[in-house]
Amino acid sequence: MQFFSYLINGISLGSVYALIALGYTMVYGIAKMLNFAHGDVIMIGSYVVFFAFGSAGLNPVLAIVLSMIVCTVLGVVVERVAYRPLREAPSLAVLITAIGVSYLLQQVAQLSWSSNPKSFTSVVSGMQPVSLFGGQLTISAETIVTIIACVVIMIVLMWFVNYTPAGHAMLAVSEDRGAAQLMGVNVNGTISLTFAIGSALAAVAGALLCSSYPTLQPTTGAMPGIKAFVAAVFGGIGSIPGAFVGGILLGIIENLSKAYISTQLSDAIVFLVLVVVLIVKPTGLLGKKVNVKV
Amino acid sequence: MNLKNLNRSTKSNIITFGIVIGFYLLIQILSAAGMVTNSFAGQLVPICAYVVMAVSLNLTVGMLGELSLGHAGFMSVGAFAGTLVWVTLYDTAFPKPAALLLAFVVGGVVAGIFGFLVGIPVLRLSGDYLAIVTLAFGEIVKNFMNACNLGIDSKGLHFSLKDTASLNLDADGKVLINGAMGITGIKKASTFTIGIVLVIITLAVIINLVNSRAGRAITSIRDNEIAARSVGIPITKYKLMAFVTSAVFAGMAGVLYSLNYSSLVAKKFDYNTSILILVFVVLGGIGNLRGSVIAATVLTVLPELLRSMNDYRMLIYAIVLIVVMIFNQSPQMIAMRKRLTARFRKDAAGKAPKKNKKEAA
Repeated sequence: MQFFSYLINGISLGSVYALIALGYTMVYGIAKMLNFAHGDVIMIGSYVVFFAFGSAGLNPVLAIVLSMIVCTVLGVVVERVAYRPLREAPSLAVLITAIGVSYLLQQVAQLSWSSNPKSFTSVVSGMQPVSLFGGQLTISAETIVTIIACVVIMIVLMWFVNYTPAGHAMLAVSEDRGAAQLMGVNVNGTISLTFAIGSALAAVAGALLCSSYPTLQPTTGAMPGIKAFVAAVFGGIGSIPGAFVGGILLGIIENLSKAYISTQLSDAIVFLVLVVVLIVKPTGLLGKKVNVKV
Repeated sequence: MNLKNLNRSTKSNIITFGIVIGFYLLIQILSAAGMVTNSFAGQLVPICAYVVMAVSLNLTVGMLGELSLGHAGFMSVGAFAGTLVWVTLYDTAFPKPAALLLAFVVGGVVAGIFGFLVGIPVLRLSGDYLAIVTLAFGEIVKNFMNACNLGIDSKGLHFSLKDTASLNLDADGKVLINGAMGITGIKKASTFTIGIVLVIITLAVIINLVNSRAGRAITSIRDNEIAARSVGIPITKYKLMAFVTSAVFAGMAGVLYSLNYSSLVAKKFDYNTSILILVFVVLGGIGNLRGSVIAATVLTVLPELLRSMNDYRMLIYAIVLIVVMIFNQSPQMIAMRKRLTARFRKDAAGKAPKKNKKEAA
């Protein structure tokens, strides 16, 4: 029973990673850039929820929607101001700019809301935990809501990408940007849309993450951001189901190694598994193998 | 020897070394005149360490063309290995300068071995996947060193991942690494002179490597791996050579850095440090060693200079980073700069003949 409890908590944590990883993987697939500021968008989103729901007492759903709107605007503005001028520049230049944006968001958060950790009120605090097997296994409401939210978002996103014109445009741009442009796809618009979706998902992920791990400070987004990036690579970067699988597996490995091996070494184990997977399967679990042509 | 007959790379190297030695002399003169503040004097050794880090990372990023996000991991491994040697030998009769030299050598060699181990996946991965493996390596090192306990007594070395109590040391035993507390009670040994010597050695080795047959092979892999392979360049060998060399100097920089403080903790060498070094390399110019030296120095001093603005300094740093990247790398900006310089040239060219005419008249 203990094992199932760890497993379910791992899936819940993994669901959050998966939501964040979706933002990384979609942006990578379409704009071919590593958006290192993504973790900090989560942090900003969490602060919005914190103030709207925790301080102003807004309805939790409304608070999350508000946070999604703020993050979407933030993501699109950052893309427009910082990344678009560098669209044709070497990828390292964009990477450093993204790191600059990440520092910037952290500093703005620190100046606005101080670096003191805030204690986040869970967005599902009204709900009761579920008890199974005569009380042997208790699953918190946060865990259930996180897993359900992640699965629903995944299904909607898969439908969106595969069955709508905007989704097709995304696939086309990720396949070949130049050719897509020649076929009349609005490349800049599609990239903005990708950032918008990724940032909105980051807002949801932030609210869910801070509901389960209720300390909020300007660096809250950094470590989950890196782990989600790892999850995206783990599953094969650029692949949406890959981000899902990678995120969940990463969450499970992290939680089980915390429980059975060592709390201090759990991160090291996560990264070690990643290295082994990449050595065996260099493009990640579900990544496409790209043949290099001369 | 006629200066004009020197080839371009030799001239450029003389300028690079000139800058380093000039900086050293300037600081010596200023400190003799008592014009170096304490906080700045405390920055001198870290500056040297960061310069060595930036130059060595530039070998991987700029010359080999592979993105590494775990350079601080090599620094950490080297720092711990070298510091252990120094701490163990300090209380013995071993001569101090030899112990120090040995610390640097051990730090470099251990980091080099790790560079080799991490370098093996390099053979299968490239681009962002390699970047993530190096990032993972840095985090593994940080977490492992944070949990690592090491002690020594008459029976030999004791190691544990739990706590110092489980080391089961004898009464005469000594704890060397104390988990998250790291190594404490280090006798400081790094000086600015040692730092500058290390910088010069690093520059000399890497500049010579880059301008050698091996260096040309390495840059050819960066420019076109398939073409390099097709003309018979052993890709594996040269990639590993670049990677290991880079790691060795990172390890030495780690020893230099850690011996400047009385304690050494693994947390200092995290992901953010790796990113910081990468920022030095990119802002200084990818593949430009002199740029790395200057960028590492300026960007280490800059936050200190901005200290009067305390709260806003990191904000300014972030904005500077974004603006410089857009200004330097954006195609529109590059085109605009070219137009501007062309206009200035035209103006200058337009004015010059007129002047001559007047003079002639």
